[in-house]
Amino acid sequence: MEVLWVNIIGLLLIAWIIWWFWLGPKHKAGKEVAGGEKLHILVKDGVYEPDRIRMPAGRPATLHFCREDPNPCSEWVLFPDLEISAELALHQETLVEIPASAPGEYPFTCQMQMYRGVLVLEP
Amino acid sequence: MRERNMTREQQSAPRVFRLYGITCAGCVHKIETAVQRVVGVRDARVNLAGKTLTVRGEAEPRACIEAVRSAGYDAEVAKQSERELRAQQHKEEIYHYHQLLWRSAFALLVGVPLMAWGLVTAKVSVNTPTDQLVWGTMGLITLAVLIFCGGHFFSGAWKALRHHSATMDTLVALGTGAAWLFSMGVVVLPQLLPESARHVYFEASAMIVGLISLGQALEVRARGRTNAAVEKLLQLQDSSARVLRDGKEVDIPIEQVQVGDRLRVRPGEKIPVDGEVIEGNSRVDESMLTGEPVPEKKSAGDSLVAGTLNKNGSLLFRADKVGDETRLAQIIEMVKNAQGSRVPIARLADKISAIFVPVVMVIAVVAALIWFNAGPEPRAAHMLVVLTSVLIIACPCALGLATPMSVMVGVGKGAEYGVLVRNGKALQQSCNLDVLVVDKTGTLTEGSPRLTAIDTDGDSDELLQLLASLEQGSEHPLAEAIVSAAHEKKLALQTLGDFEAITAHGVSGTIAGRRVVLGNTKLIRRENIPMGTWQARADQLAEGGRSIIYAAVDGELKGVVAIADPVRGDAEAAIGRLRRLGLRIEMLTGDNRASAEAVARRLKINQVHAELLPEDKERIVAELQRGGERVGMVGDGINDAPALARADVGFAIGAGTDVAIESADVTLMRSSLHGVANAVELSRATLRNIKQNLFGAFIYNTLGIPIAAGILYPLTGMLLSPIVAGAAMALSSLTVVSNANRLRLFKPSEPH
Repeated sequence: MEVLWVNIIGLLLIAWIIWWFWLGPKHKAGKEVAGGEKLHILVKDGVYEPDRIRMPAGRPATLHFCREDPNPCSEWVLFPDLEISAELALHQETLVEIPASAPGEYPFTCQMQMYRGVLVLEP
Repeated sequence: MRERNMTREQQSAPRVFRLYGITCAGCVHKIETAVQRVVGVRDARVNLAGKTLTVRGEAEPRACIEAVRSAGYDAEVAKQSERELRAQQHKEEIYHYHQLLWRSAFALLVGVPLMAWGLVTAKVSVNTPTDQLVWGTMGLITLAVLIFCGGHFFSGAWKALRHHSATMDTLVALGTGAAWLFSMGVVVLPQLLPESARHVYFEASAMIVGLISLGQALEVRARGRTNAAVEKLLQLQDSSARVLRDGKEVDIPIEQVQVGDRLRVRPGEKIPVDGEVIEGNSRVDESMLTGEPVPEKKSAGDSLVAGTLNKNGSLLFRADKVGDETRLAQIIEMVKNAQGSRVPIARLADKISAIFVPVVMVIAVVAALIWFNAGPEPRAAHMLVVLTSVLIIACPCALGLATPMSVMVGVGKGAEYGVLVRNGKALQQSCNLDVLVVDKTGTLTEGSPRLTAIDTDGDSDELLQLLASLEQGSEHPLAEAIVSAAHEKKLALQTLGDFEAITAHGVSGTIAGRRVVLGNTKLIRRENIPMGTWQARADQLAEGGRSIIYAAVDGELKGVVAIADPVRGDAEAAIGRLRRLGLRIEMLTGDNRASAEAVARRLKINQVHAELLPEDKERIVAELQRGGERVGMVGDGINDAPALARADVGFAIGAGTDVAIESADVTLMRSSLHGVANAVELSRATLRNIKQNLFGAFIYNTLGIPIAAGILYPLTGMLLSPIVAGAAMALSSLTVVSNANRLRLFKPSEPH
């Protein structure tokens, strides 16, 4: 009996990990930004907040990163598809300029891809 | 705790505002009293001369600006200079480092005695109520350690989990948390487990937190060093400049220097901003930016670059570019940009590290289940050890850090030698080029033609004087060579009349009543001037690839002039180095075949493409690429920008034009092919370093995880201790960063 329970719990755990990190419904909505609005992204405790940003495509924009995380991992933010990177100063606001780009999803991450976010440019 | 730190930081760092509309001491008082009234301001000071306001305390900057505005002035937060920002970040880094060290020290202080007790007495199981009491107390102490020293792992893990992501923190929090929870379970309800499994692992939780914090602390220090190159570049920037104001020399902060200011630099001082020399002669050491070892001679009209060192003379110069516009600031910007870019070789590692943590979690659970179902007794204890060890030993850090750290150091190192790499891709492609296509002018040769010989039956100076007078208005490079030759001989130029430029032939004009014609054979034939014996004499001069121009006065050939673009002194050695690096060299030029081949012979280049039009260069690069070769192209970027862009790696040499910097993958600050060789060597060293790191990280994880899962148990009869797993993990990411730091020792093979 005990054997069965432990195994069931273990398998459920595995299923849950797979569901939560890959298959599960990620909150698709994200934060929407109208033109001209200032967008702050908080870098703290290993995450970007908000981590999904929606903006109109075809217009340049400025993202304000506020890094409150002393972990050196959070020092850089990269937008690999846009070839943009910025060094984030601790306890300061760092501006990252996004050039006018085609609609699409542009992930941004730390150097190790532990901190992750997506910039969604909408047509 | 973090909130408190932040306020502390804000308190210690005064905020500086730039003031507008402030004119007199009366304004100072008004602003100071207005800002003093803002909640949270401890002290407000106005500097009238600098027009700045310094506020101490934890007031909102916006409130301070409002207060200034209500007093009738305007203010904005002063932009920190890059250097101040660095200094402040450095302080933050040291603060973080000490914090990590303290955390580690406390955790180890609890963990080490517990571990020693377990090793020495082997009494770590819970069988009696006394055991329960003692270990319960120990458990609470360990809990305090987990909260105070490892709290950030848990908060980070929780935050990440809510975002559907898993990080390093997740692994550490799960590993230490599982060990603690199991142990506490044993303490509270020992009867649930068989006697052999009533083992507590509090020491593992504390030790893991301590070891990983220690590893992170050391990593913070090591990481700081990876950026030494940018720091060095920032150090080149002077903080003040000596400006001429009303005939007097005044020292002012660098931020206040404006375009058009006249500045003075004395021997041994740094050039503060970019500009042009007005007066004085000196030698300027530009090696810190260009890698060029020999100081450059500078006199009136020459350009100066901020950050370079004035050697022996005093110079007066005019500021052309200040602040972010200076070349130094642009270099720093470019280096920083490239340092953050990704390298194609890391794509696999990137993919793996993106899914690494959840995969490890699954592996840990699977391993634990296998031990539970198939393992020997005590199964519960084995399960926990395997689960914790797998979670803790897995290190996404080593994998994820492998490339960024090497790129950071490699790109920075390049800047030290005047090699500016645009991005990680350019860095990677530079390491395995097959062919290097070199534009002759300005790369293999000086780029400015010089008059090398003049053959005449009469007085050569007289003829030169006539020719220079004829060419004085022309901007053709050959004309400039003639005029500057006359200048060198201090020949006065005469007035010119009836000047006519005949396209692709030459020029003609009237000087002091004499009609002078200067041009190629086609022009002489067109003018019906008899060649006589001049053809043979011209052929003799043309040997060695010099361009020949015929000069005729009043319908009679008077002489021939030879003009050549001299080969650069270091070209041969640099070509030799490139060839030793395994590159085939091909030369491109718009010049005629004879002169091109003469240069090629001297430099032992086999492949020559001569008489090219600018658009042909791109075509040749494309043709080579179609043949399956990886092509590097070296040019000055003036008329070969399309070819530079087409090549796998475009090297812009001399950094003369902004166009070159735009279109090139690698920008060389000096006009020498040695720069290309340095770039190739650097890229190879960096790629080697990246491969070592990636290999190490892969091997570590692919060996470490199975060992932690107990694959060696049948051989050794032992499981890997979670503490050892923690130590290994801390060490692995530290090793990656340290190995990347080894690149700082890179030295190009250029002989000095």
